[in-house]
Amino acid sequence: MSDTEIYLHAEKIDKIYPGTKALDQVSFDVKRGKVNVLIGENGAGKSTLMRIIAGIEQPSAGKLYLQGREVTFPSTVEARANGIAIIHQELSLFPNLTVFQNLFMASEHTKNGLLDDAEHRRLAKGVLERLKYPIDPNTKVGDLRVGQQQMIEIARNLLIPNLKILIMDEPTSSLSESEVDTLFTIMRELTASGISIIYISHRLEELMRIGDFVTIFRDGKLVAEAAVKDVDVPWIVRHMLGKGKNYPKRSEQIDWSKRETVLEVKDLTLPKSGGGFLLNKVSFNLKKGEVLGFYGLLGAGRTEIFECIMGLRPLHSGTIIKDGQQLEIGTLSEMIGKGFAWLPEDRQRDGLVQTMNIEQNIALSNVGAYSTAAGLIDQAAEDRDVSDMITDVKIKVADKRLPILSLSGGNQQKCVFAKGALTHPTIMLLDEPSRGIDIGAKTEIFNLIYQYAEKGVSLIVVSSELEEIIAIADRIVVLSNGLKTAEFTGDDINQDNLVKASYLGHQHSKD
Amino acid sequence: MNKNDLIMTLLKGRTLIVLALLVIFFSFAADQFFTSQSLLLVAKHVALYGILGIGMTYVLVTAGIDLSVGAIVGLAGMCAGSLIYNGFTIFGYTIYFSVPTIVLIAVLVGVIGGLVNGLIITRFAVAPFIATLGTMYIARGMANLTSAGATFPNLNGKEALGNTGFEIFGRDILGFPVAVIIMLVIAFIAATILRKTPFGWHILAIGGNERAAKLSGVRVDFDKILVYMFSGGCAAIVGVIATSQLVASHPMTGNTWEMNAIAAAVLGGTSLMGGIGTIWGTVIGAFIIGVITDGMVMCGVSEFWQMIIKGLVIILAVIIDQYQRDLQAKMALQARNENK
Repeated sequence: MSDTEIYLHAEKIDKIYPGTKALDQVSFDVKRGKVNVLIGENGAGKSTLMRIIAGIEQPSAGKLYLQGREVTFPSTVEARANGIAIIHQELSLFPNLTVFQNLFMASEHTKNGLLDDAEHRRLAKGVLERLKYPIDPNTKVGDLRVGQQQMIEIARNLLIPNLKILIMDEPTSSLSESEVDTLFTIMRELTASGISIIYISHRLEELMRIGDFVTIFRDGKLVAEAAVKDVDVPWIVRHMLGKGKNYPKRSEQIDWSKRETVLEVKDLTLPKSGGGFLLNKVSFNLKKGEVLGFYGLLGAGRTEIFECIMGLRPLHSGTIIKDGQQLEIGTLSEMIGKGFAWLPEDRQRDGLVQTMNIEQNIALSNVGAYSTAAGLIDQAAEDRDVSDMITDVKIKVADKRLPILSLSGGNQQKCVFAKGALTHPTIMLLDEPSRGIDIGAKTEIFNLIYQYAEKGVSLIVVSSELEEIIAIADRIVVLSNGLKTAEFTGDDINQDNLVKASYLGHQHSKD
Repeated sequence: MNKNDLIMTLLKGRTLIVLALLVIFFSFAADQFFTSQSLLLVAKHVALYGILGIGMTYVLVTAGIDLSVGAIVGLAGMCAGSLIYNGFTIFGYTIYFSVPTIVLIAVLVGVIGGLVNGLIITRFAVAPFIATLGTMYIARGMANLTSAGATFPNLNGKEALGNTGFEIFGRDILGFPVAVIIMLVIAFIAATILRKTPFGWHILAIGGNERAAKLSGVRVDFDKILVYMFSGGCAAIVGVIATSQLVASHPMTGNTWEMNAIAAAVLGGTSLMGGIGTIWGTVIGAFIIGVITDGMVMCGVSEFWQMIIKGLVIILAVIIDQYQRDLQAKMALQARNENK
């Protein structure tokens, strides 16, 4: 076996949708026992190519060769039979079933024709231990957090017998750093045993860490490929965008001590249902026009703070002062009325109404404000505001009456942002606003954040991506295991400080 | 215009096309079908299912279901019948209300029934199917209790008691059935609310993605309660009309009509999954059911075959609906790829 044996070869693949060419003469090699990284902006064609390799879609032209032998995959069944598995970007789990039922769905073990749940539990335990993820196999998947669900999705694919190629489409988009570490260890084990991995991610630093070969897509074409050890991040970004681009750091110097405080949270505490705390006496403040970052690992309590403020956690205690006055936490619609806007972490599940069009989604939180004396919606005012907002947040769309799902992920996220911004908030709470969107769209979301901060809106941004939060936040609060472990400003904001502080809460609780 | 766009246009107009084809078919199949007399009779039946279907459309749009409407038809009708026939006895005195008051009370009974449905569903988190199944039995039982299962006949009222005129809802005005006029008025109001008010927008969002709606500030529980009250109110109006048409009230009136209401909504393109539905679609759906039923009667098709054909039409409608949704999704995906 040579160092770069080609396990699967795609030859001059075309994929044509009416009116658009998603893939244009793409020839791509999957190198055996390597991590083959695919990168490119959304819509560059990488996901389409993966769907073709996994048998989900058929190429319009071109051929696939498996170890030199021509193959066709009319459906996922044939691809799976050849040991090709895909982990989707969007979760495909059954929230109403348990972890072990999810793991063995459609590949059940039976004994005398009946389900052998003892065996299921034993195997589930095994694979979860291998992932260093001690979740009880009897837990309902719907009760798990998004990051935990993603690990279940990964575990499910590790159980496939005869696995040869594992396609991972943004598997880390909701994992914490330590979970990513575990995942990378597993990936190394897999490649060492001869399994080839195709890895799609938007996180450049991850690609540099885990990738062996990198292939860059742009506008349906394969534009560059190289061994990762021979290239650096600027090289990748240059090929992706066709021009150099980096996260712009907000540069202006502001004396925050002179700025008025718009929100002050004191001793925010939220008990955990099984004992202990989800939030333990967390205090912080927020200045007018400030971008405050919340950094922390999964389960650190970042999302819970937002949920407390928005009225979804009635069990919390502590004092919240807004504009010098004690804030009564009411229902979510009341909190929107008090000037808060919240972008939830899970765009598809919590942010969008998929059956409604772009305009309806953007206006949803504010539609009551357009009610005329007769109770009808003032269509002209609503229409004008939504159009203004679409221009303001730079959503690229020809007609705002198109279905929301016809937009790319980045534009969908801008719609969720626009929905919040339309209620004229003074404080915006953004939970992972750049999750699962490409670099170009990310930069645009960051620019939106700056734009609104300059208008005087105060924003709290949760992100688990270090480089991102370092770039955008004026000040960063680090949470760990429900505790606030650090707060950094200015030059103290760096990767080392943040990472160290993100573990402090765990040590604390063990003492 | 490419092929998909053409198919889409045909699919979107399919309920009207089907209705037109059915009318043409029955006009040839049954001589007396395409006469003003027959068509008015069809319209009278259609009005009942149409009004029920309008209320049901609201409920289905929130991804709920209301099985109690048929029983509320019976209960509201019996309330009206009882108040005309027996009056209202309290402390030994019997009061006879005027017809407008009676209608108001009957409708209120339906609205309260809907309120009970809404409260059970939102406050106690009972699945709509089960909650309304329960209230269906309760309302039917109460309808029977008002008369111990008997019919109140001859509801013309007495001049001396000042409660005449109840039969108006079964009559025609200028040759047009009052029931159809009521349906059109309700349909117009309901369609306006659904498309042009914040409330309508909110219930579409609830059915499309309840979590996202809630997190966007929609008062999900409150809006759902209103929706069930509306459905109950529609059912009570149907109870009054049906009673008026017969000039008699029977406790089993409206039995299984909830199924016709659901069928009308589904034929009109309302999704049982929530988030999708139009009022005028439901009205056309009600016409399709009415034309098939009465048309087959006039053709002399046996009652048993009528059932089978009605069932087939409903299933076929949903299959076509599903096809349309798949095509829509496909076209959205294409648009998305083109946008990039």
